Parts: sequence; structure tokens; C-alpha cells
Amino acid sequence: MTATVVRKRSALTKGQLPKFAPYIVLAVALVVAAAIMALIGFNAFGWGIVAAILFAVGLVSWSGAVEGARKAKDKLATCLVVGAFLIALLPLISVIVTVLINGIPGLITPGFLGTSMNGVTGAFDNKAAEEGAPVLGGIYHALMGTIQITLLATVISVPVGLLTSIYLVEYGNDRPLARAITFFVDVMTGIPSIVAGLFAAAFFFAIVGPGTKTGAVAAVALSVLMIPVVVRSSEEMLKIVPNELREASYALGVRKWRTITKVVIPTAISGIASGVTLAIARVIGETAPILVTAGFATTINNNVFGGWMASLPTFIYTQILNPTSPSNPGPSDQRAWGAALVLIILVMLLNLGARLIARMFAPKTGR
Amino acid sequence: MSKRIDVKDLNVYYGNFLAVEDVNINIQAKSVTAFIGPSGCGKSTFLRTLNRMHEVLPGARVEGEVLLDGDNLYGPGVDPVTVRTQVGMVFQRPNPFPTMSIRDNVLAGVKLNNKKISKGAADALVEKSLVGANLWNEVKDRLDKPGSGLSGGQQQRLCIARAIAVEPQVILMDEPCSALDPISTLAVEDLINELKDQYTVVIVTHNMQQAARVSDKTAFFNIAGTGKPGKLIEFADTTSIFNNPSQKATEDYVSGRFG
Repeated sequence: MTATVVRKRSALTKGQLPKFAPYIVLAVALVVAAAIMALIGFNAFGWGIVAAILFAVGLVSWSGAVEGARKAKDKLATCLVVGAFLIALLPLISVIVTVLINGIPGLITPGFLGTSMNGVTGAFDNKAAEEGAPVLGGIYHALMGTIQITLLATVISVPVGLLTSIYLVEYGNDRPLARAITFFVDVMTGIPSIVAGLFAAAFFFAIVGPGTKTGAVAAVALSVLMIPVVVRSSEEMLKIVPNELREASYALGVRKWRTITKVVIPTAISGIASGVTLAIARVIGETAPILVTAGFATTINNNVFGGWMASLPTFIYTQILNPTSPSNPGPSDQRAWGAALVLIILVMLLNLGARLIARMFAPKTGR
Repeated sequence: MSKRIDVKDLNVYYGNFLAVEDVNINIQAKSVTAFIGPSGCGKSTFLRTLNRMHEVLPGARVEGEVLLDGDNLYGPGVDPVTVRTQVGMVFQRPNPFPTMSIRDNVLAGVKLNNKKISKGAADALVEKSLVGANLWNEVKDRLDKPGSGLSGGQQQRLCIARAIAVEPQVILMDEPCSALDPISTLAVEDLINELKDQYTVVIVTHNMQQAARVSDKTAFFNIAGTGKPGKLIEFADTTSIFNNPSQKATEDYVSGRFG
């Protein structure tokens, strides 16, 4: 005779908190924290901190009481990990929100992207601040400067960096030269950006003449910062190309340099391309090296080899530090925030581009 | 289109470590020769010396002579690239180029060397090589799809097609079936049987039934102990290696009473 055991809950799920337990604890923690904060003076930041602590303590002790020590430790670790994640995310979100709020008025001003600061004087800004006239001036010159300087820096760094990494991975074999290069690349990674700027300025001072400040000098300074990043990322990408592919190519009677150009690099190209894009994103926001190498300009200069050049970071720097109208810095602030927003958008586009490139070049599978 | 290989007094080193000692062997043209022996006894190392793939590893070197129809592979002025166009190789794990389509994988030996080839000739070569590798019927409708989308056995046959597309004299196979299921293994073994009509085939295998099935002659390698060099113990017709070996060690190994 078989007896069907009818039970409300499975024996295997005994001693577990219900699925909705964290939400209950969260709600209670929020309410209690609000009450505590009301007693000592309310502010949102403190509320969040107190609620988070209450939530962690509440959930862990409840879990410890019902589920046992192991599950409680698991809950504690989860709380810590999520807390660390939120703390790491907070500044990022804060930056994006602040720049969006402050930058959008500048960005949507007519002519912001299309005009330079040529002829925009303090009188216009005073008028804009006092009489509500439109804010004149824009970032066209700075945008063009940033794009040209960064492009030239990329043109210099990518061949140098890529060839260096090819030497390190394919020919270096731990020779003294390869070890020396690796060491100096590591050192270069840590060079403060202002030192790179001073190096480029001094270099052109020596070979061209005193006081040479052009976009090209800035591009050299940026490539000093970019090359180690490109070398490092390309090196890692070339290293993970399986040796079997190289051997397969050699076994077909293909020469080493053809194996590298036709098998190894195509296999690694997605990683290399996204590494290069991230290196660009890293230097596009550099201020100090551009300030000492390209100066700053208020007019459009599309010649990287002659004359001072503006760029977005130096534009922001000068607009904040030396407002066009010292008595009314408002319009300058607005332009600076607008430029900051454009810079962040550029970096985001570059990151998206890196992902896109990585996906486009990735080795295809499928039947 | 096949050449014989004669090896004289060959010592193979990794740096200062002697990996394989004093091998003398004569491999006939248009035959299948199997190398068997325990792991680490130097079969694969020795196989790789036959098309100078050994020296790709840093510190690896060779003493002695390997004669391909009388020409010493290790003679002064011999370009390893020329050697490898004559002696092709198939590896243990299928390794089609992931960035290339099936068609481009077969043509890799031609295209990577930047040889000019007309589209008609390329199509003919692709078909001939894939037919030769028993893969044509399975892939003829999807030649432009990536090679990495094939199954393991198909990938290995694609690698064989890639190797025979450069029309070598000799094909070396380093445990070509160890990553394959029995059905794919059967397909590759059938293929080896057909290949020996045109090529000299040398195969390293851990599977003694496979050696018995596919090879005309078998060489048994053994190692005296860790750190000692591997040696060629016995080289004879496959039937006599498996049925009537002259050495005690060979008999122990093929009958499973090893160690």
C-alpha cells in the first residue's frame, strides 16, 4: 500500500527565507533609516548610507537566524559586493548627470558647434548675462583642434606601437633587447602627462626653435602617452593568438613575416583595434601636455604644423580659469560645460566604436 | 609525386637536453609509416624534424641527416620554407584559420604565399583538395562559411585538404585522430589509405589498432626513463611488429604488458 505524503512544503526547501525577503528588509531599512534621519536632520546621502547598513545587518541576522551561518555569510558577501559596485558606480553616474545638466544649455545654444571664439569679447558676455542676449561663441575651433591633434597622435603611435608589439611577441624571444623594451614601455606607462608635454616641447625647441607651439608638437606629446598603451594592448592580443595557427601556417610553407601579416594579425585585429580606440579615448582628454605644446587659440586653425591650436580640454581650462568676461563668468561656464559634454560624448562614441570594431573583425563562427 | 625519406644518425635536442637519440630509419615512398610508443618518447619530436618544424621552438636543434630523395633537409643553405612546401603536416588538434572561409582555408597555402591563381584554377584546386580529403560532399554548398563552424572531424579533414592543396611530397600527421570520435576517425583512416596512392604518409598515433589498420610499416619508439632520450627500438613491417616483434620491449608494448 502506498501512502502519498502530502506536505505543504518540500523537505528540501526547509529553512529558507522567502524570495521576497530582501525586499521586505529593504523597505523596513528605508523606513527606519528615514525615521533616524528625521531625528538628527534629514539628508539624502546619510539616508542612503544608514539604510544600506540597516539592510545589510537586518538581512544577514535574519538569514543567520533562519538559514544558518553559511547562508548568512553568503548574504553578507552579496551585500558587500553589491555595496562596492554601487559605490564604484556612484561617481560615474554623478559625473554624467552633472555634465548633462550643466552642459545641455551650452550645447543647444545656436552656433555652439559651428563657431569659434574669434571676436567674442567680454562685452558680449556681459550683455548676455545682464540683458539676456544669446551667448555667443562656440567650440568649433577646439573640436577641430582636438580631432586633428588626436588623429595625428594616432597616426604616429599605431605603427610604432603595433610594430613594437610584433617584435616583442614574434621576434623578441626574451632577448635582452626585448626585455629592455618591455621595461621601458612599463616606465613610459607611468610617465605623468605633463612630463610628456615638456618632453615634446623641449624636443621641438631643440630641433625647430624656441617657443615652437603647434598641433604637431601636441600630437608628439600625446603619442608619447599613447604608444605604451598601444604596445601593451597589442602585445596581449598577439600573445593569445594560438601557436597552432602559426605552426599550421609554417607547415604550409608560409614565411614568418607573411604568417604574421596574414594569419596572426587578422586573428588578433579585433582586439588590437579596440585597444587602439581605448588608447585614443585615454589621450583625447589630456589637458596639460596640450597646454604646454599647442598653447590655446580662440580662432580656427586647421594647420597642425603651424600656429597655436585650441583643443576641447584646454578650451574648458581657459574658459573656467580666465572667463572671457571676468565680471560675468556665467557664459564662459556655460561654454566650458558644453565643451565637457561634447568631450564625454566623443569618448563614449570612441568606446562604442571600439566595441563595434571588435565585433566586426571578430573571427566568425557559424555553419 | 612522392619522395622517400632516409634518416641517418639523427639526434634531436631541446637546448642541451637530448630528446631523441640516434635514429636511423628508411621511409618508403607511397607508403604509410606509423610511429608508436609511450607518451614522451619523442615520436612527435622526431616527426617534427622531418619538415623542420622542430626548430620553430626556441633552443631546438638537430644533429645528423634527413634525406628527402637524397637531399639533406639540414644541409647548408637549405631554406626551411622550401622543405615545408614539400613535406606537409597535419596536427593533433584541428587548426583551421579562424578568419578564413572553408574555401580560403584550402587555398591558404597558395594565397598566403601571394601566388597568383585564376579563379577557375582556384575552384578546381579547392574541389580537388576537398574531394581528396573526403570532405567535398559535406561542404560544397557552404564554401564561403567559416571553417571554424565545422565539426571537429570535418575540421581535421579540412586541415588535411589544406595540406594536400600545396601538393607536398610527404604528409606528416601528428596524432590526427586523437581529438576525434570513432566515425570521424574512420573517415580520416579511409582517407589515409587513399592518400598513400599519391603521397608518402607518416603518422604518429597512440592507438595501436589504428597503426595496425592503416600502416604498412611501424616504428616503435621507447624511453628508458624520465630525462633519458627517446630511441627507435624497432622498425619493421606492421604485421611483424604486431605479430612477431623481434624486441622484448616492442612485444610488451603492443600486447599491453608495458611497464
